[in-house]
Amino acid sequence: MRFVDEFRDAGLGRALAEEIRALIEPGRTYKLMEVCGGHTHTIYRYGIDDLLPGGVELVHGPGCPVCVLPMGRVDLAIAIAHESGVIMTCFGDMLRVPGSRGSLLDAKARGADVRIVYSPLDALGIARANPDREVVFFAIGFETTAPSTALTLRRARADGIENFSCVCNHVTIVPPLQALLESPDLQIDGFVGPGHVATVVGGRPFEFIPAEHGRPFVISGFEPVDVLQSIQMLIAQLAGGRCEVENQYRRVVSWEGNPRALEVMGEVFEVRDDFEWRGLGFIPRSALRLSGSYERLDAERRFDVVAARVADPPACQCGDVLRGAIKPWECRVFGTACTPEKPIGTCMVSPEGACAAYYNYGRYAREGALV
Amino acid sequence: MSSAARERRILEIVQGTRARPARFRDDQITMAHGAGGKASQSLIEGLLLPALANDALAILGDAGIVSVNGAGLALTTDSFVVRPIRFPGGSIGELAVNGTVNDLAVSGARPLALTLSLVLEEGLPAEELQAEVEAIARAAEQAGVQVVAGDTKVVERGHADSMYVCTTGLGILDPRSHVSPDGLEVGDRIIVSGAIGEHGMAVMLAREEFSLEARISSDTRSVWPAVDALLQAAGADLHCMRDPTRGGVASALNELARSSAVAAVVSEADVPVAPAVLGAGELLGIDPMYVANEGKLIAFVAPASADAALEALRGVPGGEAAAVIGEDVQEPPGMVLVETAFGGRRVMDVLAGDPLPRIC
Repeated sequence: MRFVDEFRDAGLGRALAEEIRALIEPGRTYKLMEVCGGHTHTIYRYGIDDLLPGGVELVHGPGCPVCVLPMGRVDLAIAIAHESGVIMTCFGDMLRVPGSRGSLLDAKARGADVRIVYSPLDALGIARANPDREVVFFAIGFETTAPSTALTLRRARADGIENFSCVCNHVTIVPPLQALLESPDLQIDGFVGPGHVATVVGGRPFEFIPAEHGRPFVISGFEPVDVLQSIQMLIAQLAGGRCEVENQYRRVVSWEGNPRALEVMGEVFEVRDDFEWRGLGFIPRSALRLSGSYERLDAERRFDVVAARVADPPACQCGDVLRGAIKPWECRVFGTACTPEKPIGTCMVSPEGACAAYYNYGRYAREGALV
Repeated sequence: MSSAARERRILEIVQGTRARPARFRDDQITMAHGAGGKASQSLIEGLLLPALANDALAILGDAGIVSVNGAGLALTTDSFVVRPIRFPGGSIGELAVNGTVNDLAVSGARPLALTLSLVLEEGLPAEELQAEVEAIARAAEQAGVQVVAGDTKVVERGHADSMYVCTTGLGILDPRSHVSPDGLEVGDRIIVSGAIGEHGMAVMLAREEFSLEARISSDTRSVWPAVDALLQAAGADLHCMRDPTRGGVASALNELARSSAVAAVVSEADVPVAPAVLGAGELLGIDPMYVANEGKLIAFVAPASADAALEALRGVPGGEAAAVIGEDVQEPPGMVLVETAFGGRRVMDVLAGDPLPRIC
């Protein structure tokens, strides 16, 4: 495909891998965190680990929207889906995420009307087509998906659509990064930054990472050549004693971000005081809810259901995986009690989850590990 | 234990789990059980096979082989519940004929006759039914089979989605055929008979759930002409065939690698995919390897006959894009590996349920 093939060029990839090899100090290890689940997926999908020299280790970060959703929110979605007359709509990834009593897919099998949509506007379309039903959109995602939810809500309000509402689970990327950077056991040398989020927020919100925490940060695209180039840029910063935010994804990301997207988000959402992240606990000011003028569209206020906190299953170590403290296979239930067919943790559900990616794509070729 | 040793140990556990027959432990049926992935596998291997155990079924071919007075008869059955019932390139009626004919064909049997069972929803417009009956007649004629028995049922409105079609097919084993689902051998070349993922992608787009338009038509057609050409060109060197329907090429390769205890290595760059399918898959985050086909087959051919087989396939209408996409190797048995166009290598596993679009 035009415009994509060049970013999947194996020759370019190998050349970048050689540059990385030339830059690293023998004997030194470089732990780099890819923040976004999209990067995790690319890394496994294309076998990028295979191309990197031994000293460079990739650690998966907290940027998979499905993975960071706590069980209580899934339970909330299921409770609303079972309310009479409700059509619950959500992205496909959400369907298999386990709550404390099964997933939305199970709720659907028990009779709840749960439908997959590919954009919040599709959910609004379902509301228009079914004026006698209550249509609820279960919104998830970082700043990447929040603007489209915001635009949809603005449209719903402008058009006076009364039977549409939204459970807002949108989260923001900076607070969990901050929490991560402040944790005493942090062992990350640099970050492959989230390209899609940066298209919305720009580069500036990440400046505190080099400035206050001394870790280089490179905003990266999602094709394999993008990711390799970002790794090369990080290692070059570390080798040259530099520490700054760089933008590898210039073809898409501008330093200022997308002011129109930020504006509509500012109108529709306000920051929650607190939000629970799967495995990471409560992080202050890390999520969004509908602002006062959109109150009527807030499903959490419209329906008489309470979002109860549910403790993560004790065996699950998703939190450690999301903080980069352990590799997926180091989790005590990985591949035994927790598999893609019967996931315990969220990281095993989404194709962007580190555990699912590792389980599905495996790593057979690395130095003939198993072959 | 060192970290590397522990990682290896965990991967061995994962591999062991994959190799064992799936268990059925769910407390209710969900849509995942119908998606052709691991949940379907658990239903078949964990519930149906143990209850109905017999040699013809155990091999899990596309058709069961029954010997009658020395003649090998192939018998297969399939239900079609596609929504919408019409989509670019075909409709439920054509699918119902071709799907069953193809299950016979890839079992090495010449399709002879079909039965047809219709479950109709109250309120179905007669015009739609008539169109489908005509489509069935046309497809049967093209495939050279007759519909020799049938049944009709009507259910109340809301108890079926306009119409369901079930067909059962009878075929006779071709004397040239030596194919079997456990017939894969190390060194076999893996051939696909054309570009993949067209049917599933056409239906997904026809549902109009995505605001995405692309010129993608279902590939529904009988693969018997392709099978006939392959049998003629490769004879006993043709070890196995499958039509990669639900679950796509990836799931079919996994099933066969497991039943033959070999590994299949696919070179991603060699897999023919139409640019429109690739583009739609890219946008939706769906890998065409997991998308259904309804007029393609995968063949496993000994290296000596691979070129002849490929040439024969390319001479059949619809087979112009046939390609060798990989080969069978010894290790690791039961697995499918992909050499990515990027130079890395990874496992291509069976999906847990439906292929779900990624969101970010």
